[in-house]
Amino acid sequence: MTDPSTAASASSIEAHTHVLAAEHAGTETAGAPGKPDKPRSLASDAWDDLRRRPLFLIAGSLIALVLLMALFPFLFTQTDPGYADLARSRQGPSAQAWFGYDNQGYDIYARTIHGARASIVVGICATTLTVLIGGTLGLLAGYYGGWLDGLMSRVADVFFGLPFVLGAIIILSSFGSTGTTSVAQIMFLVVMSIAVLSWPVCMRIMRSAAITAKQQDYVKAARALGASSSRIILRHMLPNAVAPVLVYATIALGAFIGAEATLSFLGLGLRAPVVSWGVMIADSRDIIRVAPHTLLFPAAFLTATVLAFVMLGDAVREALDPKTR
Amino acid sequence: MHETGENSGDNILEVRDLVKHFPVRVGVLFKRVIGHVRAVDGVSFDLKRGETLGVVGESGCGKSTLAQVLMRLEPPTSGSATFEGRDMLAMKGAELRKLRRDIQIVLQDPYTSLNPRMTVGDIVGEPFEIHPEVAPKGSRAGRVRDLLDVVGLNPEHLNRYPHQFSGGQRQRIGIARALALKPKVIVCDEPVSALDVSIQAQVMNLLGDLQSEFGLSYVFIAHDLSVVRHLSDRVAVMYLGKVVEIGTEEEIYERPTHPYTQALLSAVPVPDPELRGRRQVIRLEGDVPSPVDPPSGCRFRTRCWKAQDVCAEEEPALEIRAANHPSACHFAEQRSIVP
Repeated sequence: MTDPSTAASASSIEAHTHVLAAEHAGTETAGAPGKPDKPRSLASDAWDDLRRRPLFLIAGSLIALVLLMALFPFLFTQTDPGYADLARSRQGPSAQAWFGYDNQGYDIYARTIHGARASIVVGICATTLTVLIGGTLGLLAGYYGGWLDGLMSRVADVFFGLPFVLGAIIILSSFGSTGTTSVAQIMFLVVMSIAVLSWPVCMRIMRSAAITAKQQDYVKAARALGASSSRIILRHMLPNAVAPVLVYATIALGAFIGAEATLSFLGLGLRAPVVSWGVMIADSRDIIRVAPHTLLFPAAFLTATVLAFVMLGDAVREALDPKTR
Repeated sequence: MHETGENSGDNILEVRDLVKHFPVRVGVLFKRVIGHVRAVDGVSFDLKRGETLGVVGESGCGKSTLAQVLMRLEPPTSGSATFEGRDMLAMKGAELRKLRRDIQIVLQDPYTSLNPRMTVGDIVGEPFEIHPEVAPKGSRAGRVRDLLDVVGLNPEHLNRYPHQFSGGQRQRIGIARALALKPKVIVCDEPVSALDVSIQAQVMNLLGDLQSEFGLSYVFIAHDLSVVRHLSDRVAVMYLGKVVEIGTEEEIYERPTHPYTQALLSAVPVPDPELRGRRQVIRLEGDVPSPVDPPSGCRFRTRCWKAQDVCAEEEPALEIRAANHPSACHFAEQRSIVP
């Protein structure tokens, strides 16, 4: 028989008498100002945690620097990235040009600084769009299941079946008129083609994470409390399903900046006079052996940026999981 | 139905012939139904105000499905259930919201029933966010502290996360969440089976104290008869989706008439070493048959030592046969098991 131990019952009675006293006192003390222990949420806890993480601080400052380059390139260089002089073609780094000159005699330092904008805009926009489309659809498919899930998954399979480069070539060549030189329009098309071809991956990741979260008992408890679908999705499923998508997003960001370079290389993405890291890397392909610095500097910036975003994603993912704190 | 000489006016919950079948589907694209899992197959009981009804049975006998249907988490296949005289299975919208405030659940596993990414304050405060009419915004923090205090947790631990608590403490958090809306009925779905025996006693005592303090009625589901006995006024024994015997705590434990109940009771461990070995242990052969294809007639007949031809042909009704309480056995006879 599970006869209660005397200690257990004594402590519970003790707790009980304490309760009655506290119930009366509670109303005065609860709302008192200056209470050291005010209610906190996951977001504020995560932010407090992030601020103390060296990983986040390093990644954050790197990203801030790159964003600053993208927004105000003239803070870093006064040289015109569009001015070429064939006389200084392939010259190595020097006091006048820290990163040297490329095949056409462009100043690589100035072009790397100015190229940040296109690369960052394409990378961030494509990632955001991919995660938004894929994440939303995945969450809905995972929560509702049934025919909605079936329909979405089959549509995703169709897009998934298209090879990325082939799909991008079709989209860019059919929507982008050859004469277009408007930077905004080309960037928009590149971003759209990346997002349209990449969302199925994100959707699958989110869907499986959402299905796992949906079967947990806390979702059952929330339903028993009468929680609405939106509350269950946003408060219970999303925080518990977002981690794998976050990991995917940080990796995808780097891949998308690279994809932009691939498309530029094929002559479909950004092209001169637009400057981007991808264009620069593509341009350096023929002269890597004679002038490796033409590849080294833009590639280093690209790698550092991608690494910063991966570190940021890692830090955010850990901060959002109370167990790792 | 089974209640003799009781006024049905003080029944808070009346369940009649509740059935829940889950279809078994096969096929990838075109799914065919090849059968039904008869998880709950015609269960009837009453729950009086302030009373605890224990529901016991082996794993897979439909106890948890019964809880899900009572919580309106799963739609029933057929049958009826009334809460305070109103049909609770037909409720929708605002009426259902009101019902949610009156019936709450404490789940089995304290490790998965709390969202790991919410603070304890958020978890216990969520009922107030879903039902803002219960507590005005300003008073919620105080209410949450009071609730934590009531279940014996330190209210200062408001900002901790579930993983920072032990199993027993987590179950207390789950109980605080269920209590938040001041429900009248709490369905306890094996609330202590995931806990250590010493912690079980504490949580059981807490549930008992809360019952007397707030006048709660419990539907207390467990697979352990000794756990149920400690808290229950009446006990229903389930086997393969059906209630086989129902009665007061004393009737079930002292004068069991159904062979299944007798077998369950004989398996309860005896704490007194002097008595150990003196009583007769009834060993049941085999496993619970598949609920997809239950045996004809009496469902227990495949494992019963009393089974005759009539058991396969005729299903025994749950009615008073011996010892003055309902039992679903053709050969019900009183037999004292517990020393």
